[in-house]
Amino acid sequence: MLFSNLDFTLHSRQVLLLEGKNGSGKTSLLRILCGFREPDTGEVRWCGEVIDSAQYRTDMAYVGHLDGIKKELTVLENLTVSLALAQKGAHTIQEALARVQLADFDDVPAQALSAGQKRRLSLARLLITRNCLWILDEPFTALDKQGIALIEHLMAEHCDQGGMIVLSSHHDLHVPTVDLQRIRLA
Amino acid sequence: MSLSSAFFAIIRRDLILALRRRSEIANPLFFFVLVITLFPLGVGAKPHLLQAIAPGIIWVSALLAAMLSLDSLFRSDFDDGSLEQMLLSPHPVSILILGKVFAHWLVTGLPLLLIAPLLAVFLGMPNESLSVLLLTLLLGTPVLSLIGAIGVALTVGLRRGGMILSLLVLPLYVPVLIFASNAVEMAAGGLPISAQINILVAMLLMALVLAPWPTAAALKMSMS
Repeated sequence: MLFSNLDFTLHSRQVLLLEGKNGSGKTSLLRILCGFREPDTGEVRWCGEVIDSAQYRTDMAYVGHLDGIKKELTVLENLTVSLALAQKGAHTIQEALARVQLADFDDVPAQALSAGQKRRLSLARLLITRNCLWILDEPFTALDKQGIALIEHLMAEHCDQGGMIVLSSHHDLHVPTVDLQRIRLA
Repeated sequence: MSLSSAFFAIIRRDLILALRRRSEIANPLFFFVLVITLFPLGVGAKPHLLQAIAPGIIWVSALLAAMLSLDSLFRSDFDDGSLEQMLLSPHPVSILILGKVFAHWLVTGLPLLLIAPLLAVFLGMPNESLSVLLLTLLLGTPVLSLIGAIGVALTVGLRRGGMILSLLVLPLYVPVLIFASNAVEMAAGGLPISAQINILVAMLLMALVLAPWPTAAALKMSMS
C-alpha cells in the first residue's frame, strides 16, 4: 500500500504540493485524481460529485510525465489538436506560445524542440483550454531556472484568477502570493 | 470545441501523421502484395487451381495485412501520452476512437482495396467476381479495423502484446473471412450473393455501433 487515511480539500486559489521521495506514490495519487486509476477504497469528489463526469474533465487539465506531444507534428498542429479536444480557454494559441516563450516556433516540428521547450509546449496546453484545476506531475523537469520562474509565474496567475493546482515536485515552490498546502507522502 | 470538430481534428491529425511516417501506409500494403505474389510461385503453373483459391488467398492476405497494421493504431499515442490526453477530453471517448479507427482504415485498409483488382487479375480471377471482391473488401476491412481496435486497446499496455493480440483478434475475424470469400466464390459461379453481402453489412453496422465502447473501456484499463 502506498498511502492510507488521506483526506484533503482544495479550494479556489489554492495550490497543493505533493512531496515525498521516489516511489512514495505521488504519481499514483495524481493519476487517481485524474481518474486514470481507482483508489482501492475511498473516493475523489469534484464540487461534491464523483469525478467520473464530463464536467470534471472539462474543468481539469493534466500534464504528466509524458508530454502528450506528437513529435512529427508542428508546435501549432499539436496545440490545434489539444484545443479541438477541449473547450476554448482564455488565451489563443499564439498568445499562449508567446507566454511560454515559444512564439517563433509555431511551424517547427516538435521533434526539433529541446526537452525543456517540449515541456513548455505541453504547459502551453493549460493556457489555451478552459480549465480551473491543473494537475501537474513534476512540471519543472527539464526546465532551466528561467523556465521554472516562468511556470511559477503562470501558476500564480492561474490562482489569482480563481484557479487551483495540484502538483508534485522535488523543487521547492517559490510562489509567495498563493495559499500553499503541502502533503508529504512517506 | 464541439464534438464534430474534435472528431475531424483527430482524423486530420492521424492522416497528417500517416503522411509524415509513410512506412505505416507502405508496410501492410507491401505485405499484402508480397504474400499474394508468392502464391503462384508456390502453387506452380496451375491457373485453374489459382483461380479457384484466389478469393481465399486475397482475403487471408487482407486479414493478415490488417493484423500487421493494427499495432500502429494506439501504440505511438500510448507511448507519448497523447492517449492520456484523449481520454481526459470531455468528449465521449468512443466517438474519438471511431475517428481514429476511421483514419487508420483510410491509411491501411483503403490502399488494399485500391490494389486488389490488380492482384485479382494477376491470380486469374474472373471479371464477374471482381466487383464483388471489391464490395466485400469495402464492407469487410472496416470490420477488421473496428474489431482489431478492441484487441489493440487491451494489449497496448503490454510490452510484447503481438502474439496475444493475434490470438485475441484472429478468431473474431473468421466470420468476416468466411462470408466475404464465400461471396466472391459464389459470384464467380454466377450464384446469388445477397445473403452474404447482407450479413457483411450487418457485421459492419454492428461493429460500428458496438466496437468503440469496449475499445474505450479497454483503453482506460490499459491506462491504469
